[in-house]
Amino acid sequence: MPLKHVGLVLIGFVMLYPVLWMVVSSLRPGDEIFRSPGLVLDSFQTENYVEGWNALTPSFGTYLLNSAVLVLGCIVGNLVSCSMAAYAFARLQFTGKRWWFGIMLGTIMLPIHVIIVPQYVLFSQIGWVNTFLPIIVPKILATDAFFVFLMVQFIRGLPRELDEAARIDGCGHPRIFLRIVLPLMTPALATTTIFTFIWTWNDFFSQLIYLTDPEMYTVPVALRSFVDSTVATSWGSQFAMSVVSLVPIFLAFLIGQRYLVKGIATTGGK
Amino acid sequence: MSALDELRQLRRGGVQVRKRDNKAAFWFLLPWFAGLVFITVGPVLASFALGFTKYNLIQPPRFIGLDNFARVLGDERLHNALRVTFTYVFVSVPLQLACALGVALLLDKGLRGLAFYRSAFYLPSLLGSSVAIAVLWTQVFGTDGLVNRVLGFFGVEGRGWISDPDTALSTLIVLNVWTFGSPMIIFLAGLRQIPVVYYEAAAIDGAGWWSRFRRITMPLLSPILFFNLVLQIIHAFQSFTQAFVVSGGTGGPSDSTMFYTLYLYQQGFSRFDMGYASALAWFLLLIIAAFTAVNFWAAKYWVFYDD
Repeated sequence: MPLKHVGLVLIGFVMLYPVLWMVVSSLRPGDEIFRSPGLVLDSFQTENYVEGWNALTPSFGTYLLNSAVLVLGCIVGNLVSCSMAAYAFARLQFTGKRWWFGIMLGTIMLPIHVIIVPQYVLFSQIGWVNTFLPIIVPKILATDAFFVFLMVQFIRGLPRELDEAARIDGCGHPRIFLRIVLPLMTPALATTTIFTFIWTWNDFFSQLIYLTDPEMYTVPVALRSFVDSTVATSWGSQFAMSVVSLVPIFLAFLIGQRYLVKGIATTGGK
Repeated sequence: MSALDELRQLRRGGVQVRKRDNKAAFWFLLPWFAGLVFITVGPVLASFALGFTKYNLIQPPRFIGLDNFARVLGDERLHNALRVTFTYVFVSVPLQLACALGVALLLDKGLRGLAFYRSAFYLPSLLGSSVAIAVLWTQVFGTDGLVNRVLGFFGVEGRGWISDPDTALSTLIVLNVWTFGSPMIIFLAGLRQIPVVYYEAAAIDGAGWWSRFRRITMPLLSPILFFNLVLQIIHAFQSFTQAFVVSGGTGGPSDSTMFYTLYLYQQGFSRFDMGYASALAWFLLLIIAAFTAVNFWAAKYWVFYDD
C-alpha cells in the first residue's frame, strides 16, 4: 500500500511540476529562468508582472475585464436558456419529442469548425464582429447542448409528485418551472456555471476569430498576441501573464471541484 | 446515464406519448429552436452551400461547382494536415485513455486520500486547453527549455523539441496525454458501479488479479471505455489552440503541427477563402461522423451491456 502512494505522489508531482515551475519562474529575474530547473526561489521579485501587465496597450487589466464580462454573459445565457429547454425535454410531452431530443443530443458532438464560416459571415453582415455578441448570443439560444442534457438528466431525477401536486393546486408550467423545478436543480445550475466559466475563459478559437480589436481582446487572445510580439528571451513576463490568466481557472477549480467531478461523470466534458 | 446510452435508447424507441403540452413546450424551447436555426443546423447547411462557391466576404459568393471538392483531392498540404491529425488522434487518444484507466485502477476501492489524488490528476485537464499552458509548453520543450535542462543534469544532450519537425508533434501528443484527468474521472465513476461481490466471488474461486481484471472489470467497464473513446476521438480531431500557439499560427516547423482545424482556419480566416474553408469544414464533419459510426459499429463486438 505505501508503495502505491509513493507511485501516485510521484506521478502527480511530475505532472504538476511544469506548472509549479512556471509559477516560481515568473517570480525570478528574467535571465535566471534558463538556469534554474528547480523550484527554490533565491530572490523574490515581481518585476515580470509589472512588465507583462503593461506590455500591450491597453494593459492586461482591460483583457481581464473583457474576459470577465464575456464569461458572465455566457453563464447567464446558458443558465436561462438551457434550463428552459431541459424542462421541456424532461417534463413536457410534445409532438416529435423523440426527434427533437435526438437532434439536441446530436448537436453535442457538432464541431464548432463546421459552423464557424457561415456563422462568421452572418455575424459580420450584421456588424457583430469585435463585440461579445457572437459568443454570448449562441449561449442565450441554448446551443451548448451539453448543459441541456446535463439538466435533463437532473430534472428526471426529481420526484414528479412535486410537479403534480403543484398542478393540482392550479400552477401552470411556467410556475412549476420557476417555483419548483428551478430551485431544486441548483446543483445542476452550479455545474453549468462552473463549466461555462472555465470553458469560456479558456476558449481561444472563437475569441481569436471574432475579437480582433485590441480594445476588445480577452485574456487568451491578448496572451497570444503578447507572446507573438515579444522576443523569446523575455520568458519572465510571458510566464507572469500566463500565471495571471490561469488564476481564475484555479480558483474556479478549488471552489467548484465537487460539481466538476459530478458534471464530468454524467456528460464526459473536459 | 450518458448521452450515448440515451441515443441507444432512442434508437430502440419506447418513449410513451401521453397528454401533449405543445404550446408550453413551444415557449420553453423557443430559444433552443432559434439557436438550432441560426447557430447550429442552419450554418451547417449554409456551409454546405458555400462549399460550392468562391467567396471572400467582399464580393458576393460565385458558384464554381465542385471545384473546391476537387481541390481537396489534389491539395498536398491538406493531405499532410490529415496525416498530422490522424497521427495525433491515433497516438494520443489510446495513450491518454491507457493512463486514465491505469491511474483510475490505482485509485479505486477506498484508497486513502482519493479526493486529493483525483483533484491533482484532474487539474491538468482544466488547464490543458488554455493559451497559457501552450506558452509553457513552448518553453518547456524549447532548445533552452526545462526538459533539456533536466536532461542536461543527467548528461543527456537534448534538442529543440518544438523547432524540430520530427518531434514537434510529439510534444503536442504529450500535452494531450497530460490531460488524462477527465476520462479518468469517468472511469472512476464506472468502476464504482461494479458490485464488489463479483470480485469476492471470483477471489473465492481462486481468480488472480489479471483474470479478475480481464473477466470482470473490462467487460463491465467497456461501455465507459467506449464512451471515453468516442468523446476523446471527437475532441482530438478538433484540437486547435495548442498547435496554433506553439507554432505561432503557422503549423510549422515544416507543417509538422498543421492540424486540420489549423489549416481550415488559415484558409478561411487568413486567406479569406471562405468557399474552400466551408468545403473543408464539411469534409471534417464527414471524417468525424465516419469515425464515430465505425466506433458504434465496432462496439457491437467488444462493448458489453449488462441490461
